[in-house]
Amino acid sequence: MPVYNLLQALNDALRTAMRKNDRVVILGEDVGKLGGVFRVTKDLQAEFGADRVIDTPLAEGGIIGTAIGMALYGLRPIAEIQFSDFIYPAFDQIVNELAKYRYRSGGQYECPVIIRTPSGGGIKGGLYHSQSPEAYFIHTPGLKVLMPSNPYDAKGLLLSALDQNDPVIFFEPKRIYRSAKGEVPESEYSVPIGKAEVVKQGKDVTLISYGAMMTESREAVEKALEEEVQVELIDLKSLVPLDVETVIGSVQKTGKVVIVNEAPRTCGFAAELVALINEKAFLYLEAPPVRVTGFDTPFPYTLEHVYLPSVDRILKAIRQTAHF
Amino acid sequence: MTLKSEAAALNGKPVQVLKEDGSVIDKRLEPSLSSEDLKKLYYTMVLTRMMDERFFKMQRQGRIGFYLSSTGEEAAHIGSAFSAEKEDWLFLQYREPGAALIRGFSLFHFACQILGNSGDLTKGKQMPCHYAYKKGHLLSISSPVGTQIPQAVGFAWGAKIRNEKSAALAYFGDGATSTGDFHVGMNFAGVFKVPVVFICKNNQLAISLPVQKQTAVSNIALKAQAYGIEGVRVDGNDLLAVIQATRQALQKARSGEGATLIEALTYRMGAHSTSDDPRLYGDEMTLEEWKKKDCILRFQKYLEFKGIWNPDYEKEIQTQAGEEISKAVEEAEKLPPPSYDTLFEDVYSEIPPQLEEERKGVSHAGL
Repeated sequence: MPVYNLLQALNDALRTAMRKNDRVVILGEDVGKLGGVFRVTKDLQAEFGADRVIDTPLAEGGIIGTAIGMALYGLRPIAEIQFSDFIYPAFDQIVNELAKYRYRSGGQYECPVIIRTPSGGGIKGGLYHSQSPEAYFIHTPGLKVLMPSNPYDAKGLLLSALDQNDPVIFFEPKRIYRSAKGEVPESEYSVPIGKAEVVKQGKDVTLISYGAMMTESREAVEKALEEEVQVELIDLKSLVPLDVETVIGSVQKTGKVVIVNEAPRTCGFAAELVALINEKAFLYLEAPPVRVTGFDTPFPYTLEHVYLPSVDRILKAIRQTAHF
Repeated sequence: MTLKSEAAALNGKPVQVLKEDGSVIDKRLEPSLSSEDLKKLYYTMVLTRMMDERFFKMQRQGRIGFYLSSTGEEAAHIGSAFSAEKEDWLFLQYREPGAALIRGFSLFHFACQILGNSGDLTKGKQMPCHYAYKKGHLLSISSPVGTQIPQAVGFAWGAKIRNEKSAALAYFGDGATSTGDFHVGMNFAGVFKVPVVFICKNNQLAISLPVQKQTAVSNIALKAQAYGIEGVRVDGNDLLAVIQATRQALQKARSGEGATLIEALTYRMGAHSTSDDPRLYGDEMTLEEWKKKDCILRFQKYLEFKGIWNPDYEKEIQTQAGEEISKAVEEAEKLPPPSYDTLFEDVYSEIPPQLEEERKGVSHAGL
């Protein structure tokens, strides 16, 4: 089995999907000859032609607006938004059009657009190449929101997204595009949407995270073990739909929970998870749930390492919870 | 004869086929239409206007919540929709009920949608006049203005990529030309030579704002030049000019020559919606001027020349249209609202577990 990084796994998933189904098309800025600014679509235009791997004008609203039309026509468009920080010109098309198309037509139409977009900080990208805007889309009924944390899930989730008929926002943790490596089957396989994974079993504290933050979370869990705190680590992968059963089951077992997301704190996804845990597992809780998140500031340039949840911050939260 | 050369000669004046007295200006521009077609077109125009009157009244009576009329603009949307082929698809704004009728959307379903009842094909999910009818190739209507423009481009582009024959028609008003979606839609259509026809019904008003304050360009068709596509300005109250322009644009689209922007000059003779009060901004003088140019009146005179229309014929079709509306409304008003279950349907292809839990909460609450 080949060992791929996240970029290679995504590229492999796209190639697999395009070979299998000639209705799959890719559109976005610089996705053709260049292969995308991160090279996720590398060599795909050479194989599938400029009609299926389309370099678009520089207009995110146009990319998503036309992708909606293509999906309504019966194609399977995969739109790339170069950085999730640039998704906002398409916000109306995503929130008011894409997300609501099935609903507002009474189920007469469906609109299975997949929007791939790199998100998150840690690449010295400053305000506009670092944001984590998933909460806006999680809050919008009609969208599915996915974020893999490793190459295997990246390929499997993207193929699953192509195998269902709802619009998907597929966030790619760009900080670990090259550093996350793992075995990826060459054949087609799927990672189910709506299922979280218990990455590591533990009895003392539940740690919930997703995307790039799984890297820091994993390290913090190892360090906690040295201090004899056994942390159960959950990778959500699928934010909408959410695997409530796995989350609540784990919290009921440990009674203690830390949630890590790098987006700003207020109304971030961690807040929703805390609410859910309070509603469904209140009487199992032995300590207040703790959030480790980005701050309620714009994403900084020089001080990004301070902004991003670090292994130390996560570990501190684990200790605080474990010894409450 | 192409409208392009005609339009160029007119130097910004709209192309006309019919004079205001209903006589034909230039025989070469007169579209070929059977007497059956002519009757269908006239009937649909009359029916559409009578629907406006009836539904407006019903809103005032409290029987429906809201309505958007298209009085004065019937030729612009009925003529263009009539010119589309079966395999074409229509992306309407929300002021084109006659176009929907032309595509086979029944008055009964129209009434059900306005009532938002269990007979509504969109299950009571949208405000009145925001229908969708896939069988008739009518896409779903949205309230945000102009969003359908890039969607229509993507749709037609899909047909081009698949090497299939469909074209898309995108309808919008003068107000929409100020949106970003107009810009990106026109730009993408130009760059990728997409088989789409943009139909801008310039009805002079966006709610209360006159077109002169919407754009500093007096001729919206000119905007097409900036995107490398053809722009044609027609008299939107001249049904035959609209048909001719749409036919030529669709032919061009199908032969791989790309998009056209048709500006159909017309006038919104009524309010923006039943929630609007045009007395606060309207201009009686302008309205009176436009009434003289009424699209139905002009087409009626043409049909009179052709020996199709006479006062008895008018009486006959008005009676028929009135009865058709009454029957549709009466049938629709018998139906109950959609069941509460439909609230949770069609958000996703399947109801996800968390939503299912919310759904169960409602049913347990005994609603």
